Amino acid sequence: MTAATASTTRRPPFWRNVRVLRVAFQAVFVVAVAGFLLFLLDNVVYNLERRGFPTGLDSFDYLKQPAGFAIPDSDFRSTQSLGDALLVGVQNTIKVALLGIVLATVLGVLIGVARLSTNWLVRKAAAVYVETFRNIPVLVIILFWYLGVMIRLPPIREAVEALDLVAVSNRGIVIPWFDQVGGGAAFGVVALVALAAAAGVWVWRTRRFDRTGEPHRRGLWAGAVLLAVLAVGFVATGRPWTLDTPEVGELSTSGGFRLAPEYAALLIALSLYTASHIAEIVRGSILAVPRGQAEAAGALGLSGFQRMRFVVLPQAFRISVPPISNQYLNLVKNSSLGVAISYYEATKVTQVSIAQSAPAVQAIALLMAIYLAFSLTIAAVTNLVNRRLTLRGRA
Amino acid sequence: MSAPPPIRRRSAGEWARANLFGSRLDTALTVLFTLLLAWVAYRLGRFVLVDARWEIVERNITNLLVGSFPRDQLSRLWAALFVLAAALGFGAGAFGAQRRREVAEGRAEALPRGGIRRLVPLFLLVAVLLWFSGTLEPALLVLGAFGVGYGFNLLGQRTPRRLERYVPLVVLAGVLAAFLVVAAFGGVGWNLWGGFLLTVFLAVAAILLSFPFGVLLALGRRSSLPAVRAVCVAYIELFRGVPLITILFMAFFMIGFFLPEGVDAPSLVTRAIIGFTLFTAAYVAEVVRGGLQSVPAVQVEAAQALGLSPFKTTTRIVLPQALRAVIPGLVGQFISLYKDTSLVFIIGLTELLAVAQNVTKQPDFLAQGLYVETLVFASFVYWTGSYWMSRESQRLERRLGLGER
Repeated sequence: MTAATASTTRRPPFWRNVRVLRVAFQAVFVVAVAGFLLFLLDNVVYNLERRGFPTGLDSFDYLKQPAGFAIPDSDFRSTQSLGDALLVGVQNTIKVALLGIVLATVLGVLIGVARLSTNWLVRKAAAVYVETFRNIPVLVIILFWYLGVMIRLPPIREAVEALDLVAVSNRGIVIPWFDQVGGGAAFGVVALVALAAAAGVWVWRTRRFDRTGEPHRRGLWAGAVLLAVLAVGFVATGRPWTLDTPEVGELSTSGGFRLAPEYAALLIALSLYTASHIAEIVRGSILAVPRGQAEAAGALGLSGFQRMRFVVLPQAFRISVPPISNQYLNLVKNSSLGVAISYYEATKVTQVSIAQSAPAVQAIALLMAIYLAFSLTIAAVTNLVNRRLTLRGRA
Repeated sequence: MSAPPPIRRRSAGEWARANLFGSRLDTALTVLFTLLLAWVAYRLGRFVLVDARWEIVERNITNLLVGSFPRDQLSRLWAALFVLAAALGFGAGAFGAQRRREVAEGRAEALPRGGIRRLVPLFLLVAVLLWFSGTLEPALLVLGAFGVGYGFNLLGQRTPRRLERYVPLVVLAGVLAAFLVVAAFGGVGWNLWGGFLLTVFLAVAAILLSFPFGVLLALGRRSSLPAVRAVCVAYIELFRGVPLITILFMAFFMIGFFLPEGVDAPSLVTRAIIGFTLFTAAYVAEVVRGGLQSVPAVQVEAAQALGLSPFKTTTRIVLPQALRAVIPGLVGQFISLYKDTSLVFIIGLTELLAVAQNVTKQPDFLAQGLYVETLVFASFVYWTGSYWMSRESQRLERRLGLGER
């Protein structure tokens, strides 16, 4: 049919030929956008040179300058370079983001399930939580935890201690931590062996279940093997770790692992805020699983827990992966608000660097590139997970 | 039509057994949560009613609401409030009447009417603000504004059908008029605005400015021209991949570098608006893209079959259907924007949160740790607005029958 029409119609003149028009329009568009960007770039270069900043290949030389500021709660000295400072900042961003993601997920899933509880009180309490935290700016929550809670804790002399394990004061929260006293490498080998053994047991139990149909209890088996090997290895390698509990001194605490007030405030606020969003996603995903699935499971005689564990949650999980990873992304981006309470993550370091005469254009462009890299990483991981989880269409 | 299933009223005891003491676990949870909630309610109630020193909010209520807005020009704000009340009341009336007619003609499904209860968060906000102001005059003026709003609501309900299509334009003109009442005719430019006024202004200005830009980006992203698509995708993904604060930093620190010699850098508030607009446009584009995707392909094909040009197909066929579907998404975007305006506090603009911080440094309140009082007040203002809008957006979503297609 196309051949017939082509032979009977005349070729249109080139200014009405859609193909030509498409190419021409795109060419004009690209030239306009490129021209605008070049105009901006030209201005930037001109303005930078006027203010005495290096441009061209030397643009990022400022990263080698000495920083001139110290970063609290790190080994960073003011004589180190601005580039090193930024690296410490990125590490701090990762530190708060990773733990925040874990906490927000745990809390969010709990609250999301609680919103669907059969218990009226639990349901309403979860709803109030979600509606409260979703409708307040995250910056306000961060400031509240910092100004309203952390720095109002008792001073270090009157630090509150619980069971000699946790010490809470306005200098931070100290929790017990492991202290290495020797033989770390040997124990590392033991840990690898333990993991391998657990994986082997897992596979064996799964195969046995496939063959015989008897309950596999592979989680239990693998966990027991892992713990047993680790315990034996721990003693055999001469107990390389001890538990280090906090000691409260006159002016500071020693021992244990100290969460600085800024870090603790940012972590708690981000977790609480993101959890309220994750809870809504979890609730929505569970509701999105067709009700017939749970009813069918009930008809097969599965208990309430089994219905959730084996029928509803696996399907809900698949639905919730993309929106939840979006929330992880938001959490990473919101960690930049640590700048408001002087937690030295990437944004705060950049802000201070600019105040210390780093060129604003390069510093902010670099900061945006860092966050873009975070975003792309999370997006890539999500896509990977998502591809494994998507249902293959029926043949 | 079949009769609805019979409803059996349950006694309170039955209800409690089903919802609170269904099993041993439920009973334990009920006891645990009763204790927990009682403790939270006690602490919160004690703070609000006994411990809190609200005089810091009382004495600074004008600061918190308008910042450093010249006090001798405050009457302009009241006038603007009356204009806004008239415009919004008129719009709500016309919209409600249109909606009722659709239900009566069977073209739309009736929804349970929220009635006055829908406005409870707003009433709560106004009541608290008036209580803090402590004088009679603002209360009377607010009452007057409500009266004007109600009057125009009745007027809006009588809009003739053929004029209905102009209602959104009238409302927009009203909002613009309110702005002009404050800023034009020898009024106060937005560089002097502050507090809650600045919060609302930033959010409204950014959403209005970013909307056309976002629609263009969304159309570009769905374009069949690869070069256009690539540029739009690059813009959207770049701005969605970085935190808002870095874009505000860019608008504040970098804008001077982007301008050619001889052009003065714009004021701080203008820079904030530019930053918010660039940022929000990327998100609006994604919302609109969702709407564009919801328009069935046959609509475009039918338009082509009728011989409409691509431009007419887009503006007359696709966009009207797409934009109707994205209204709730846009409201959601506006809510995030409303909350995100708090970020300008980091760069030194005095919107609500910044004022809430600054007043704790006044000589009378210095070093007394009154952060909690002002932060709770700011949270309350943000919360009521955001909660009210999200409720309305959910209602709108049901009204438009989205998600049921």
